[in-house]
Amino acid sequence: MTMLDTPLTGVVEGPAGPDAHPDHHHESATPIGFWIYLMSDCIIFATLFATYAVLGYNYAGGPAPHDLFEPGFVAIETALLLFSSITFGVAMLKAEGGNLNATTLWLVITGIFGLGFIGMEIYEFRHLIHIGAGPERSGFLSAFFLLVGTHGLHVTGGLIWLVTLIVQLRLRGLIPANMQRLSTLSMFWHFLDLVWIGVFSFVYLVRLI
Amino acid sequence: MATEPALTAPETISPIFGRLTLDWIPYHEPILVGTFAGIVLGGIAVVALMTYFRLWVPLWRDWLTSVDHKKIGIMYMILGFVMFIRGFADALMMRAQQALAAGGSEGYLPPHHFDQVFTAHGVIMIFFVAMAFVTGIMNYVMPQQIGARDVAFPFLNNFSFWMTVAGALLVNVSLFIGEFARVGWLAFPPLSGSAFSHGPGVDYYLWSLQIAGVGTTLSGVNLIATIFKMRAKGMKLFDMPVFTWTTLCTNVLIVAAFPVLTATLTMLTLDRYLGFHFFTNDMGGNSMMYINLIWIWGHPEVYILILPIFGVFSEIVSTFSGKPLFGYKTMVWATACIMVLSFVVWLHHFFTMGSGANVNAFFGITTMIIAVPTGVKIFNWLFTMYKGRVRFEVPMLWTTGFIVTFTIGGMTGVLLAVPPVDFQLHNTLFLIAHFHNVIIGGVVFGVYAAVTFWWPKAFGFKLDDKWGRRSFWFWFVGFYFAFMPLYALGLMGVTRRLNAYMDQAWQIYFVVAAFGAVLIACGIACGFINFAYSIINRKKLACGPDPWDARTLEWATQSPPAPYNFPENIVVHGRDEWWRMKQNGFKWSTNYQPIHMPNSTSTGIVLAAGALVFGFAMVWYIWWLAAISLLGCIGYAIAHTFNYDRDHWIPASVVAATERKGEPA
Repeated sequence: MTMLDTPLTGVVEGPAGPDAHPDHHHESATPIGFWIYLMSDCIIFATLFATYAVLGYNYAGGPAPHDLFEPGFVAIETALLLFSSITFGVAMLKAEGGNLNATTLWLVITGIFGLGFIGMEIYEFRHLIHIGAGPERSGFLSAFFLLVGTHGLHVTGGLIWLVTLIVQLRLRGLIPANMQRLSTLSMFWHFLDLVWIGVFSFVYLVRLI
Repeated sequence: MATEPALTAPETISPIFGRLTLDWIPYHEPILVGTFAGIVLGGIAVVALMTYFRLWVPLWRDWLTSVDHKKIGIMYMILGFVMFIRGFADALMMRAQQALAAGGSEGYLPPHHFDQVFTAHGVIMIFFVAMAFVTGIMNYVMPQQIGARDVAFPFLNNFSFWMTVAGALLVNVSLFIGEFARVGWLAFPPLSGSAFSHGPGVDYYLWSLQIAGVGTTLSGVNLIATIFKMRAKGMKLFDMPVFTWTTLCTNVLIVAAFPVLTATLTMLTLDRYLGFHFFTNDMGGNSMMYINLIWIWGHPEVYILILPIFGVFSEIVSTFSGKPLFGYKTMVWATACIMVLSFVVWLHHFFTMGSGANVNAFFGITTMIIAVPTGVKIFNWLFTMYKGRVRFEVPMLWTTGFIVTFTIGGMTGVLLAVPPVDFQLHNTLFLIAHFHNVIIGGVVFGVYAAVTFWWPKAFGFKLDDKWGRRSFWFWFVGFYFAFMPLYALGLMGVTRRLNAYMDQAWQIYFVVAAFGAVLIACGIACGFINFAYSIINRKKLACGPDPWDARTLEWATQSPPAPYNFPENIVVHGRDEWWRMKQNGFKWSTNYQPIHMPNSTSTGIVLAAGALVFGFAMVWYIWWLAAISLLGCIGYAIAHTFNYDRDHWIPASVVAATERKGEPA
């Protein structure tokens, strides 16, 4: 969401500005703008969850969830992503404290957790396709691959963003513009965590009971 | 729009050109060759004139790369009018075909061509005409109404616009390379699935809408953030002009509805490209899920088109009646009610699905309930005019034409909301007449009204009155000639999308409808003549910044407004702020300050060009090009984030000079 930076404050300020206009009160529109964007993303996921609910039992004579999903594997996957949210939180605390190196370190750790998550997901997808349970096998598997894959694509996008931001932090430090970007990415990252909790519960967990 | 070679020959996919072969270039179709020649000649003329007058650099610097919401708004309007010509040409072709093809005659359009024409007409008119128009008006007017200098994310605004253009271009490429979809404007599966629509037509449809959809969604995010964060000091939500309110509700609908479209079209794309089974007949797919999902987007979409237009009419009625709007708060609440209700009526588009009496009753009742807040609005406009000093300028003419026409369209809508009636009228021309009645009588009339109303704001001179009146009367009368016969035909059971029919008793109705389309063509021509005539006579038509004696803040600025809109920060005290300022003899302070503004950037147009190439490559299975363009776009976007220098200061001296120039002599 690199598009959403540097919002226009729309105020007259600058050399003679802020003092001449002590009343100006516009703050950055980025947080609310990004929240609204996340809500639109949320509706994409809602549509995919609904699709999974409708098609989730259409096996077309093929495998069903209990043939395919391994609770232990998904639990580790979930743990990786949840831990990455915690480490991102630590990175944010370090950034607030103005410690650039520690921020970088915790962001790298976050990225490693994220990579682990994506790696496990790719492994799972490959495995399913290999045993003939690819998305073209049934409506259930189409819905499964799209929902889980869309989440994975988001995490991948988040990882690219994370790497970009680490480079920018090293180049320019914890300047206000970068702090803004950091907190925006943080929102995105936690949002994906939240969506995954939905995926974990409704795609895997309840279908294994 | 070639005939489909893929049906006769097994498809081979070349590693370089994908499935694109020379057979897909329709050089044997005279209509298309003629169109192509016309566009090329016109294009050469434009290029030559631009070069001669040395306009390329100013065009690039001042317009294409501009992040100024006013220029982007104007460019949206230009896009809308250009695509309107294309969409209306399709309409004329359909009317001519149906006027001819009776009683065994096949007319002049072969079925596969006719099917592309009605699909293209619907897609273009909704996505690239109506959406472009309302987005353009919202972009141009809303920031000025709330006393802002631009939108919250100016670069994003530019990017959104160019993504819309890229989608529009991709639709038009299909005219000359390959074919367009032949499946109707919403591309229902299984017809639109790969089993029944093998060629590139549906893929053009999918990729152009996906690319434009990115722009629309982000523009929705942008305008909501603008309204929440950029209002002038003192402007409470209930001080906002009604047009700003309707813009807010519209963009909430965009942000809530367009993601559903994105997800749904993605599923159809996966069905077609990778053999998924979302909407197929076999292997656990469910095509009725597509119909449900697409209308969960589609019904809010019609309110996305009409709500801003309700705002336009509200501003016009109160301005030309010289009164504050009657029932401001009820107007706002009516808009908000419509916004919410528009999400719980989608099933009325397919009562015939067979979901049972209870489900149909629920959706029938919710649909009828929507008529209540809409009726509130109609009465508010009428009561605003009541005892006002109504000036029947051209915008007011369109408004009264709208009130009459839209009310009729609304009533036929309530008729269709009754499930047993709908079972008779589903997919008949009665439905076609109904939605054209509300879209033309509502959106199109509203756009003409808005253009006439805000044109002097944008350019500093009025549109000519006589040509405006001619345009209105041709449109108004032409509409009734074109669509009233379709109501009759629909009641006689004539279904939509017929390329030929046997019963010659229907023909006279189609001939009258075609005559109506010709009248509308005259109305459109008068509109364009009006633009040309007024631009030529702009000295004579020149006017001050507030030519209509209006009430809201956009009229406080110069006409055309300076890049920063307002030379100083405004403090708002209530509704109709500009009216109050005029009563108090407001004068701008001459103690100018430097103003903070965003820089222009070419990133938006470059990314959209990449998206266009990507879409084209995906349509034709040119995988290497798709990969390069996608990676190129991502890389370019990332590189863009390394630019931290995105704004500049306009020095106080420049502000002072600009303000002096804008003062009336």
